[in-house]
Amino acid sequence: MKNPSKLAALVFALSGGVFPWTGAFAQDNTAKGIQQYRDALQDGNPAELWEIKGEGMWKQPRGLNKASMEKCDLGLGPGVVKGAYARLPKYFKDTERVDDLESRLVHCMVSLQGFTRADATRRVFGGPGAAADMEALVAYVTSQSKGVKMNVTINHPKEREAFQMGQKLFNYRGGSHDFACATCHGEDNKRIRLQDLPNLTNKKDAQRAYTTWPAYRVSQGELRSFQWRLYDCFRQQRFPEMVFASDASVALTLFLARNANGAAFAAPAIKR
Amino acid sequence: MKRILISLCMMAVTAFAAGAQAQSRSPVSDVEAMREMMRGFNPRGQAGLSRLVQDEAQQFCSDPGWRRNKARIAAIEKQQLAAVKYPADGKLMGNWQAGERVAQSGAGKQFSDNPSQPSGANCYACHQLSPQELSYGTIGPSLRNFGKTRGTSEAIQRYAYAKIYNARAYSVCSNMPRFGHSEILTEQQIKDVVALLLDPNSPVNK
Repeated sequence: MKNPSKLAALVFALSGGVFPWTGAFAQDNTAKGIQQYRDALQDGNPAELWEIKGEGMWKQPRGLNKASMEKCDLGLGPGVVKGAYARLPKYFKDTERVDDLESRLVHCMVSLQGFTRADATRRVFGGPGAAADMEALVAYVTSQSKGVKMNVTINHPKEREAFQMGQKLFNYRGGSHDFACATCHGEDNKRIRLQDLPNLTNKKDAQRAYTTWPAYRVSQGELRSFQWRLYDCFRQQRFPEMVFASDASVALTLFLARNANGAAFAAPAIKR
Repeated sequence: MKRILISLCMMAVTAFAAGAQAQSRSPVSDVEAMREMMRGFNPRGQAGLSRLVQDEAQQFCSDPGWRRNKARIAAIEKQQLAAVKYPADGKLMGNWQAGERVAQSGAGKQFSDNPSQPSGANCYACHQLSPQELSYGTIGPSLRNFGKTRGTSEAIQRYAYAKIYNARAYSVCSNMPRFGHSEILTEQQIKDVVALLLDPNSPVNK
């Protein structure tokens, strides 16, 4: 470095002089480090292990009826898995209700395989040392919509009702801390600590967020479904425990999924 | 049991639902929304279903169109401020070091938390405070130099105490929890956070 002014500029930059205070420089580095970590994660995704297990479970005769899930109708006809998730939640004539993927899987496990509802929902989220069958099925089915454009409709009156309910519940403030979904996910460019928060009322953010769930969560060593995402958000909201695949959770999912319409589905993804 | 609780809550809620309905654009009524929430959750640990029963302020702020209703904004803020309980001993500032610990901790009130342990305020989740802490959120405004720019007068101390006790007293639909009003923090913890904000020796003001 022969040029003294260049040297001075370098020292200035390294000392954080171009930023209003040195903390901002350190924080900028932290943010960069997080981004590098996220990029490195994209190399290989253990979600594939759940997808493979889920595919096996889908095809395997199980339950009292020794039946597989291969006749399960996810909305595109019995047994059609390809592209089905990108159109869920939707209204189903046979149940006369709006179902998301998980509530539909429970329906098929009960009606086709002969499980009781209690057995089908006994273990829906994996924990330390024990993965959940439900999350494996979810991984397999969602993986078959990779690259498919989200297309959630509200043509049926019950779909429209669920969308309106989902929108209402998104803004529902309650609990000891007065939080709603919208508290953290209603404005652009906000973060908790250093974690960026998607604004789920903004199309671009909603698309990026929704199309990257389910995801393999590195910090938990688990494949996490969208039902889990809602369940754990509500825990942090200080709400009581969300009932798996409840109407409230399906309505909220339909509202969020529809806001992601037009984007290519990209999950199971991998997250920190 | 759950059914009885739900119907009791419904009665409580319809009392002030009528006023809120008039300004709402959602075709879903507040009562329908609460009923759906009640069906969609189970009590667990310290988080009972009563957590889903909205008070007047929560219900008012759940309507995205709340800003248009100036009269109710003023009325609710007045009512929330009137309910602030200041310390009986008249001392509003505690210890900033203890306040820093409260500001760092996000523990408390989740169904997975042990209710016998003290809660934190998790201020850093949403606010910048001490310059040493780089991991801070941006949902709330930066509180860097909060005391340095405002001083430590009795009036400022009372404002800081009341704002932490009940943020809605000054901003009806604030995103900030009502730490005193909702019994998240103890009186001493609030005093300690006031000190973190105002004490000239606190890193917030360095």
